[in-house]
Parts: sequence; structure tokens; C-alpha cells
Amino acid sequence: MSIPSIKITNGRIVDPSQNLDTQADLLLAEGKVEKIGRVGQAEETIDAKGLIVCPGLIDMHVHFREPGGEEAETIASGSAAAVAGGFTSVACMPNTSPPLDTEADIEFVYRQALRADQCNVYPIGAATKGRAGAELAEMGQMVRAGAVAFSDDGASIAKSGVMLKAMQYVTMFDRCIIQHCEDPDLAGEGVMNGGATAVRLGLPGISSIGEELIVQRDIVLARTAGCRYHVAHVSTARAVALLRQAKAGALAVTSEVCPHHLLLTEEACVGYDANFKVNPPLRTKADVEACLQGVVDGTIDCLVSDHAPHGAEAKELEFLASPFGMIGLETSLALFARALIEPGLIGWPELVSAMTIKPAQILKLEKGSLRPGSDADVTLIDPNRSWRIDATRFASKSRNCPFNGTEVPAKAVMTIVGGRIKYRDVDSVRR
Amino acid sequence: MSKEKGFVWRRRHLLGLEDLSREELEHILDTAAGFKEVSTRSIKKVPALRGKVVVNLFFEDSTRTRTSFALAASRLSADVLEFSAKTSSVSKGETLRDTARNIEAMGVDLVVVRHPAAGAPLYLTRCIEPSVVNAGDGQHEHPTQGLLDLFTIREMKGRIEGLKVAIVGDIAHSRVARSDLFGLRKLGAEVTLIGPATLLPKSFEDMGASLSYDLDEVIGRVDVVNMLRVQNERITSSVFPSVQEYSRLFGLTRERLARAKPGLLVMHPGPINRGVEIASDVADGAQSAILRQVSNGLAVRMAVLFLLNQAGTKAA
Repeated sequence: MSIPSIKITNGRIVDPSQNLDTQADLLLAEGKVEKIGRVGQAEETIDAKGLIVCPGLIDMHVHFREPGGEEAETIASGSAAAVAGGFTSVACMPNTSPPLDTEADIEFVYRQALRADQCNVYPIGAATKGRAGAELAEMGQMVRAGAVAFSDDGASIAKSGVMLKAMQYVTMFDRCIIQHCEDPDLAGEGVMNGGATAVRLGLPGISSIGEELIVQRDIVLARTAGCRYHVAHVSTARAVALLRQAKAGALAVTSEVCPHHLLLTEEACVGYDANFKVNPPLRTKADVEACLQGVVDGTIDCLVSDHAPHGAEAKELEFLASPFGMIGLETSLALFARALIEPGLIGWPELVSAMTIKPAQILKLEKGSLRPGSDADVTLIDPNRSWRIDATRFASKSRNCPFNGTEVPAKAVMTIVGGRIKYRDVDSVRR
Repeated sequence: MSKEKGFVWRRRHLLGLEDLSREELEHILDTAAGFKEVSTRSIKKVPALRGKVVVNLFFEDSTRTRTSFALAASRLSADVLEFSAKTSSVSKGETLRDTARNIEAMGVDLVVVRHPAAGAPLYLTRCIEPSVVNAGDGQHEHPTQGLLDLFTIREMKGRIEGLKVAIVGDIAHSRVARSDLFGLRKLGAEVTLIGPATLLPKSFEDMGASLSYDLDEVIGRVDVVNMLRVQNERITSSVFPSVQEYSRLFGLTRERLARAKPGLLVMHPGPINRGVEIASDVADGAQSAILRQVSNGLAVRMAVLFLLNQAGTKAA
């Protein structure tokens, strides 16, 4: 079955991998990027006037609940949410039930993604068996099956000795270790940011020093191991400062941040609404400002959603009992635009870079570029489309979105994966 | 006094003292004073809540708060439904919402809820129609305990404004400390919180309290001391080394009392650990208001049920 050629005209092509920000046409043929510039006829023409045409967005931190939590999300529903949010590739975390910690588990994810036929889904393998933080998982075999990174996300690899060995071992395969930075002994039974608001609400807190401590320790370990180290969902000012310092020392340290850590503070927990319960927790205004600054100066490399679906019955529990996490695949682009573009902190090329070529480089994916010959993964963004988030319309199976009802300033309006249109916002894209 | 200003009570729920204005606090205390008089009559019952149903929905063990609410409701001529439930912290199985909606379906007017999760009463107001009274939610608030403490202080000292009050114990985990603090500050008292550093978060200063680790230094200059109950299980979480050490540093002994201002009012929310946070002779001594607190609790809870019901009836 051949793939029809597509011509995207009149768009603003933003491709940071080629340092490109220009008004031009884009031709896709046979599932690849054919040409940028003046192009001839194609089987389908898309008028992208007023739109940004960029490499397909990549979210390197999502949770699809398959296997084990299919009532909240499957690889199929998660991929559908991804393309609806403008993503052509996602990397899914291994904290499923059972966790993705063998070659067969990694193959399972690829198989399910193929069946879903929406976007590319790249599995991240568990760094330790059962994500228990004790014995190394079979990382070598998982790499052969296609694992793009390793992480025990959801929990920190807490033991220094285990973390060092994981970091040393992974250097054989040129994969990175992604760490969820939280000292479990300090976090205890905490459910929100440790601090004045938690004290007032009578809720146990997760101290921000727990993130700082693990980042600091891991930087020391990564220097020793010589591995690439990636900090998941940075949430604290001190962690940003440590990362800035480590990068200045030319260490191979990268990091990412989520929209909620750029837009919300611990004060959002005052109504005990479990939709605001997330790990790392919503922090203080100073932390938010430091994270924004981290994106601006490049200390933070990537923008991710940490899409964490939970069924309504789980999120309807009391704040204490409810699970951590919020969904984000269908809102993150708009929310990043709100947090970063609207106040003029960065421009679209910087934002696109943090959502395309940067994560591709960290995960060693041949993605995130519109160079001729690349896979025809393309996202069309309307940078001036104001819309109201409505969780009832999500493709995701879950509705745990704290931004429901919020007005946002931009929208992904078309998602093309491997040359095929997987998502089209009917109101925005004319044929 | 608040009545003279044409004050009208409008709240249908009592979730915490943090939300209440000074006027509202005074209105409850004034109303409670009226109900306290009822307890002195030979027939201790008024028809204010006749035909209404009050449910005691308790997800935590409690004896005194529960009985106090039950008696308060029955003195107002309400029917009282007792409901004990085990909390399930999982989504599979009956949730708090289910339990509450089942009880609502029986046609109750007021729900008195105690729950180990902070915020559970607020959550209930979103799921069900009846008025909700917080009878203690996790480490958050215990507003009727706070009110009965305010009532007792006002009764014994004649005022609250300008008094110096010390609250001693496990401040971090205490819902009583929070409700007391919010209420006392709003009515113009100065509050010093005293306890081991591991149980005394600095951010209580943001809520208007002074902090101290030294009971001996504070005891000589306060008018009221409220001794909180020590929970033995805290020791295993390494917040203090032993009951004995706690008692030496923070217990209210006869010797410490001797160094206090004459007329120091000694309070305790109960149940007391004799010889731990409070010595037996102090608990039973002339300055102790512990049993008076229990009696006043009844009047305060009658006032709360009465006012919430009135607001609910008007709204309907």
C-alpha cells in the first residue's frame, strides 16, 4: 500500500534541527520528507497559512497503563491522545503492572503500538528487576528489543550502589538512565509539597530537598560512571541550580519539565481536589520561576507531559488516598505555549526544539527533523488558536486533567506520522 | 452581642475554623451559651431539630466526640443515626462517596463526619446535599473541639482578646492545634506552640503563632495552657526518643504548674495519658478545666447543629 504524497503550502517551517525558520512549502512522499522549498504537485495539498509546520512532536515521558491498568489507558488510547495533542512519537515509562523489565515486555509495547497504528511508541525499560531498586534488569536484551532508555520512574533508584551499577552498565549500550529524583525516606507518606500549605491543610508533605539530594548524588555518580543521565520532571529551584552547575562542568546531564510545574503552585491543592495531586508535587512560586528560567537558559532540555492517566474512581477518592498523576498529552503543547510563549520567555523555535530534536537526541532516535530523507513525522500548530480545554472530548481514556476549562492560546491542528495524517482538527485545517 | 449587629448565620457546613469570621465565631459561642442553660433544666430537651435526622458517620474510632454529638442532637430532638465505617483507601470497593450517598439516600439532614483523610468533609459537601459537620479530618481541623476550647476559655477568663495561650505537644499532627490556633488568633489571643522540634513545623509562624521548644520558659507568662495528647506510635517514626524524655521536657507536672501564673487555666482535649503529657494531680487539680471542656462540648455542638440546620432550612 503506497502512501499518498502530501504538499503542505504557505506554512512557517520551524525546524530547529536545521536551524530553519522560514516561509516555505514541504513535500512528503513515500512516508519520508522529500523537499522543503518550492515543490510541485502532490496527491493531497494542505493549506497551512498562519500555521507552524514543524517536525513531529516527541514526548519522552508518558504513562500508558498497558499492561495492568487498561481501564485508565491502553497503548491504543494513549497513542490516540498523543496524535490529538500533536505528538508523532512518545516514550512510555515502564511502571506498568507487571513492569516493563524484560525483552518480551519491550516487544509487547512495539506490537501493541503497531496494532494501534497511531504514533510511534518507544518503550523505556525498567532499570532494575520489578522496579524494586535492588537488582539490575536485563538491560542488554531490552536494548536489542528496542528499549530507548532505562528508568524506575514512579520511584527513585534510591540505593547509591545500585544506581552506580545501573549507570555503569548502561554505558555499554549508549542509553541514558532517567531518574525520578525523590529520596523515599524523606518523602515518606507525603502527598503534596512539604511546606507551609501542607502544614495548614494537615497533609503530609514531600520536601523539595528530597529532589535536590538525589539530583546532587546522581550527578556525583554519573561523573564516576561516565554515563548519560537524565532528570525526569524537574520541579524545584535547587535541582535547576544543580543541573545548571553540572552542565557548566560539561557533564552529560539533561532534564525535562512538565507544564504543571511551570503553571501551578502548591496553593492549587487547597481545595483537596485530587486532580492536583501529582508526583513530583506542585511546588512554590519560586520553584516555578526557577523552572521557567531553566527552560529559558537551556538548563532544562525537554518539555514533557508526564501523562499519567487514572480512572475517575481512583481520582474521586480523598486527596490522601488518591493516586499521583495528571494527564497531559492533549494539553501540553497549549500549556507550554501559555507558560513560555505568551509571556515572551522563549519563541516557537526554542519550544519546538525542546519538543522535537532535543528528546530525539537524548533517546538516540532518528526523529525530530524535517531534513530530506527523514521520516515524514510532521506537526502543524496554530499559534493563534485560542480554545478552552474540555476533558470530556479527550481521546485518552482518562479525565484527570487539572486544567479542564482553562483557556489556552495555541493548538496542534494536524499530526502526520510516517506520511499519514493521523489527526486533523476539522475547524482549522482546510483541504 | 453579634445578634445586635443584625448578624445572620448563613453557613450550611462547618468544615474548619480557618474559614470563619470573628463574627461567626462569636455567634456560635453566644448561641452555645444559650444551649448551656438548657442543660441545667430538669427537662434537657428542646424541639429545634424535631423530625430531623443527624448521622454520626465515623471512619475513625472515637468515644467522646461521637457521644457528644449524639447527645447534642438528641437534646435538640433530632433522630440520631450511628454509622461506623472502615475507610478503604482503594478505588475498588465502596468509597467515601458511595458510603455518603447511601446514607444521604436514607434522608438525613446533617452529616457529622470524622475521617482520617484531611479534606474528607469538604469532599463530602461536593458529593451530597445535607449539611456537613467536620468532627475531625486527619491532621487538618477539629472545629467543634476548637469551639469548645474557645467557649471554655471565654467562660473561665471572661474574654479571649489579649490572652496568652500555650498549646503543647505534637503540633505537626494535631487537628486540635490547628483549629485552636485559627480560632484563638481570630478572636485576638496570642498563641505560643510548644513541642519537640520534630513535631513543630516552622511554618506555623505564618499562621500567626509563636514557637518555642521550652515549656519552662513559656509557662510563667501564659494565661491558658492546652496539653495535647501524645500518640505512642510517633516514637517509631523517630520524632522523639522516648515517652519518658517527652514527659520530662514537655509534661505538665505539679512543679511546672507552681511556676505558672496564678489562675493558669489547664486544658486537655482528652483522652489524657496520665503521667505523660499531664500529671495526674494536675489533671484532677483545681485549675483543670478538662471536664468542663466536655460539658461545654455538648453546648457547642448543639449550637453548631442548630445553626447549620437553620441555614439549611432557610436555603431550601
